[in-house]
Amino acid sequence: MRTLRLKKCIVGMSVALGLAGALTACGATAPAATPTSNSGASQLSGTVTVFAAASLKATFTQLAKDFEAKNPGTKVTLSFAGSSDLVTQISQGAPADVFASADTKNMTKLADAKLLDGTATNFATNVLEIAVPPSNPASISSLADLAKPGVKVVTCASQVPCGAATETVEKASGITLSPVSEESSVTDVLGKVTSGEADAGLVYVTDVKGAGDKVMGVPFPESDAAVNTYPIATVSSSQNKELAVAFIASVTSEAGKKVLGDAGFGAP
Amino acid sequence: MKTATGYQGIPRWIYAVAAVGGLLVVLPLVAMLAKVNWPQFVPLITSESSLAALGLSLRTSAASTVLCIVLGIPLALVLARGEFPGQRLLRAFVLLPLVLPPVVGGIALLYTFGRQGLLGKSLEAAGIQIAFSTTAVVLAQTFVALPFLVVSLEGALRSAGNRYEAVAATLGARPTTVLRRVTLPLVLPGLASGAVLSFARSLGEFGATLTFAGSLEGVTRTLPLEIYLQRETDADAAVALSLVLVAVAVAVVGLSYGARRSSTPAEVRP
Repeated sequence: MRTLRLKKCIVGMSVALGLAGALTACGATAPAATPTSNSGASQLSGTVTVFAAASLKATFTQLAKDFEAKNPGTKVTLSFAGSSDLVTQISQGAPADVFASADTKNMTKLADAKLLDGTATNFATNVLEIAVPPSNPASISSLADLAKPGVKVVTCASQVPCGAATETVEKASGITLSPVSEESSVTDVLGKVTSGEADAGLVYVTDVKGAGDKVMGVPFPESDAAVNTYPIATVSSSQNKELAVAFIASVTSEAGKKVLGDAGFGAP
Repeated sequence: MKTATGYQGIPRWIYAVAAVGGLLVVLPLVAMLAKVNWPQFVPLITSESSLAALGLSLRTSAASTVLCIVLGIPLALVLARGEFPGQRLLRAFVLLPLVLPPVVGGIALLYTFGRQGLLGKSLEAAGIQIAFSTTAVVLAQTFVALPFLVVSLEGALRSAGNRYEAVAATLGARPTTVLRRVTLPLVLPGLASGAVLSFARSLGEFGATLTFAGSLEGVTRTLPLEIYLQRETDADAAVALSLVLVAVAVAVVGLSYGARRSSTPAEVRP
């Protein structure tokens, strides 16, 4: 049991986070390996490792802090990456307890591989928004403006979730965009807008909020055609399912909803 | 290689450690080979987007190699033969992209040639737009590949010495003639291997391109960017394309090694 845990910790180090984070994780997990007699719901302890989509970075960092404050003796270790990268890591044996995906497609991949404990819960939604530099050099005020000649638009490639959403919006609205670049992540799209290279980019509402005053958001009604749902679930190989379930409950609680709502996420 | 005395000069245990080192490089490649979906290999690498990426990679790398040669020869000459204040500083800066993370190079290029950049503003006023164009890809590749050519050529220039140039000059040849007729032919093998390495580095360029040039099929999405994107949805395609890149890299490195070996006799010729 102990050696197994040690191995898992070593895997954890190589897969996620910094060395320091992984070491504290291993240290904190050790006591949990020997179960205590009174393990009631109020006696949560140990470490829960949460793999979450990159777009959840700000909110989940906050939620983890709140969770640790509310449950002394617990530690939440976070690993953020693209949802499909995280699915690959979990399939390859990365020691995740909780997985929060930015789309249902990637969660289904894990469910199909029988790597989930129970079913996933939808906890947030996200829609696209147009991000423009604060000066809005191309005077963008609607989705149709993006199709005007000479406007440098950057979008996600159709292979990644934000690109798939962009494609859905284009189809639903009948507006065809000719982007100057199709990036492989939403952060790359945002980067092109904040650096002023692009006149506009299609990103999530939450990305616009997260970028502060470096970009300006232009909401558009056509975004309703592609509502992205965020599911969360316990991973079947989790060594601390009690804690995993408690963390998921804190995300879906009223307090959790408020943190997510403040960041721009919608209710599922 | 055995010396004249037959003494190898390395203890046996070194071989064991060397084998581990070799495995560290070879094993991941073997693992990748094992993952290739062979029945689908040809369709995967000949899909429209793959061919567009491969074509773009070869064209931009060729262009950056030419740029590296044009800019690298004078740089190497100045560094190897010239004498001026700040020479060592210049060498350090020229070699910087070798150790710089590519994404840092991309950010630096962005703030130079980007729309809001140091030169970008004037270029934009002149009607030249670099961002999101194939030119941006070539610039990013040249930035990271130039040191390879300069290092190779500077080394060749130093080991060749300047005796022949001195003789040519005493016979009345002008400096440009000496450069064209004596110096360059003398260091041609070093120049060739440097050019081949620059080509290989350009072909593999990823970070600076992603940060600076963007990613659009046929315009800025080179083979490494295509692999990065395919990995999201089609792992088989990503592995197949990776193998293509490995094959090209092996061929290029082999070529460069060949050029280097054939350069040895030329340098020691009395």
